[in-house]
Amino acid sequence: MKMKNIKNINLKTICSLILVMIVLSGCDRDLSDEAVFATFPNTADIFTDSPVGLTDRFFISFDPALGANTEAFGTDDDVAYEGNSSIRIDVPAPNDPNGNFVGGIFLDRGEGRDLTGYTALSFWARGSITATIGLVGFGTDFEEDKFTVERPNIQLSTDWRKYIVPIPDPSKLVQESGMFVFSAGGLDIIDSVPNGNEIGYTFWIDELRFENLGTIAQLRPAIFSGEDLIEQGFVGSTRLITDLGATFNAPTGEDIMVIPAPRYFDFSSSNTNIAFVNELGEIEIVGEGTTTITGQLNGVLAEGSLSLEVLGSFVGAETPPERDPSDVISIFSDAYTNVNNLNFAAFNDQNVQIETQNFNGDQIVTYDNLSFVGLGWDGTEDVSSMTHLHVDVQLSSSETPAFTVQLIDFGADNADGGGDDTGGGFTVSSSELTEGTWVGIDIPINDFTEATAVFPGSPNLNNIARVAFVSNGSSFIIDNIYFYRE
Amino acid sequence: MDKNLNKIIGFLFVPCLFIMSCGTDDTQTVATFNTLVAEDNFDVDGQIDTSFWNFDIGDGSEEGIPGWGNNELQFYTDRTENVTVENGFLLITAKEEDFNGAQYTSARLQTKGKIQQRYGRFEARIRLPFGQGMWPAFWLLGDDSDGSVWPQIGEIDIMENTGDAPTEIFGTVHGPGYSGENSISKKYTLEDSRVDTGFHIYGIEWGPDYINYYVDNVLYYQITPEDVEEETDGSGEWVFNDRQFYIVLNLAVGGNLPGAPNAETVFPQTMVVDYVRVYEFTQSN
Repeated sequence: MKMKNIKNINLKTICSLILVMIVLSGCDRDLSDEAVFATFPNTADIFTDSPVGLTDRFFISFDPALGANTEAFGTDDDVAYEGNSSIRIDVPAPNDPNGNFVGGIFLDRGEGRDLTGYTALSFWARGSITATIGLVGFGTDFEEDKFTVERPNIQLSTDWRKYIVPIPDPSKLVQESGMFVFSAGGLDIIDSVPNGNEIGYTFWIDELRFENLGTIAQLRPAIFSGEDLIEQGFVGSTRLITDLGATFNAPTGEDIMVIPAPRYFDFSSSNTNIAFVNELGEIEIVGEGTTTITGQLNGVLAEGSLSLEVLGSFVGAETPPERDPSDVISIFSDAYTNVNNLNFAAFNDQNVQIETQNFNGDQIVTYDNLSFVGLGWDGTEDVSSMTHLHVDVQLSSSETPAFTVQLIDFGADNADGGGDDTGGGFTVSSSELTEGTWVGIDIPINDFTEATAVFPGSPNLNNIARVAFVSNGSSFIIDNIYFYRE
Repeated sequence: MDKNLNKIIGFLFVPCLFIMSCGTDDTQTVATFNTLVAEDNFDVDGQIDTSFWNFDIGDGSEEGIPGWGNNELQFYTDRTENVTVENGFLLITAKEEDFNGAQYTSARLQTKGKIQQRYGRFEARIRLPFGQGMWPAFWLLGDDSDGSVWPQIGEIDIMENTGDAPTEIFGTVHGPGYSGENSISKKYTLEDSRVDTGFHIYGIEWGPDYINYYVDNVLYYQITPEDVEEETDGSGEWVFNDRQFYIVLNLAVGGNLPGAPNAETVFPQTMVVDYVRVYEFTQSN
């Protein structure tokens, strides 16, 4: 008996000793004595049977002014994946007077948590129907939103299922307050368009916590949706790195894509004399030349890049002359009052890249790799009393360009189709277009005589609804599209 | 009293082991045959030891089994792109490329006529690829030099995985009356770990009338003639006392078991092998 007790103690001692030795001989390089960092609690749980370490408000809704329904959130003591309570969310119908969607955040009640030891947010959920929740994630705190992570469109089951939101780079989360964010609107089984025919439903969330899962792996980050873009830029302009993503492989073998905030990435420019990128992914163009913008996430090079060719400072088109408002019908110009709700691509070919940029209050639109694009706006314009259409064009590609301007008239019904639409085109001589130089083109209003792909030419002018550009894959900067009379 | 003590010791011992297993020590305790007879540690960069390995080349057509009998999609080569040794590891890489009418290339190595034996312990330490359509395997085939054909020669799949299940592997035997889809198999799921993020040890200990399967420190499956009899309602024949078996290491793409790669499958994918070791059968007491 005694012997056995002694043995027991010895084993315990050995274990402790081994533990101590392992701790002492850890592979991590020790920090110097001066480097003392504040650490925050690493509490994993967010909701088990009740909120864990969250603010007294528990749930902080998105702005009700935007339609967020603050009444739709609660707990349910009759339903639980584990224990005796779960979060219950009653997704409203589109006509609910309290708001047509539900969403918000859970905030840590302290100064934030140290989540560096976790690899994922996870929870169990089930739905009353197999609806899709638009967004779940964490990192949103309604203040800085520094390290947000969003997992879009998770499909519910009517039985409990586990959902995982991988942390793109846990080392960033030394003090995170945004514990959970979600947003859900009604289920649309008819047309997938938010038009009021959606139906409400209920879903439950339980066992919401951060976890250190060893089964999430194969991080594949992306910027620009993984595309390698080539663009021209101008000194003094900015461009945002867009379409960030991080794809992980889940223990089930399925890929999970999350949208990380830009701060998770390390962006770089191959030539910082041309452009540099800040932590928000904003590219600032500062010099002439070429540079390539890339990103890394947790040491993994992101798929996708942006090659920038910077030819110089942007020189705007000549400012149009002052005119009596009755002498001008402006589509797109900072000099005049424009049509309402201009759409830079009411229709377009699938390869054209469209971007608007603003230089000191002068907005321009670029169409790179253009085959065709049509600009549209609210209503139609009667231009029959005008004498010309003006457009400023700067060729920004080097091949011999083609450039045709077209007008489309919707006819008396003021609607696309209906048998009364007409259209016609005017081709600008390629010799008039010079790369890098603005050219002002003034087309007599009755010169749109060429047939288009659809119309025979010489359109009516009383219900003009589209101005279109047709090219051979060339690239253009466009400004000051307006009808005028002399 | 003794029982209680055992419990206490057991309880203490488990954490001790757990703590110690944090290291890189490869030793594991589930295997008992310790007399090493052959090993390849892949120590010479850029060189496959041809005294150990043969290459299987092609899509199986030359062997009379196009798609290697499973409608697999790859063409096996011995090119460096598909098989090489780097930094002490054997790399078998599946690539997506048009090659001799196939959409993918990869490699398959085997030890027929070079390293083969009846019974013993066969073990490899491997990091697997991932993604739909990946089908890596470490397995044994019976020597067919006497003219016998599969499944009479027998097949022992020490480790197979499909890339769409990154936490699961399975061990299988094929023989007359239990081959292909009717083979006898057991799945093993790793605890909070994946096949594609780190190395795991996959092995069998094989003796007269038994094959024991293990992963790392876990013995997860024993198969015996009784199991074969039960699974096949008496129609299956135990063919694992009859002949020598040789080793096959391969990374297949697509085929009946995993299905074809999909848009999310990332290429290239590499199966990384740290070592392959063969131990002699020793009679347990």
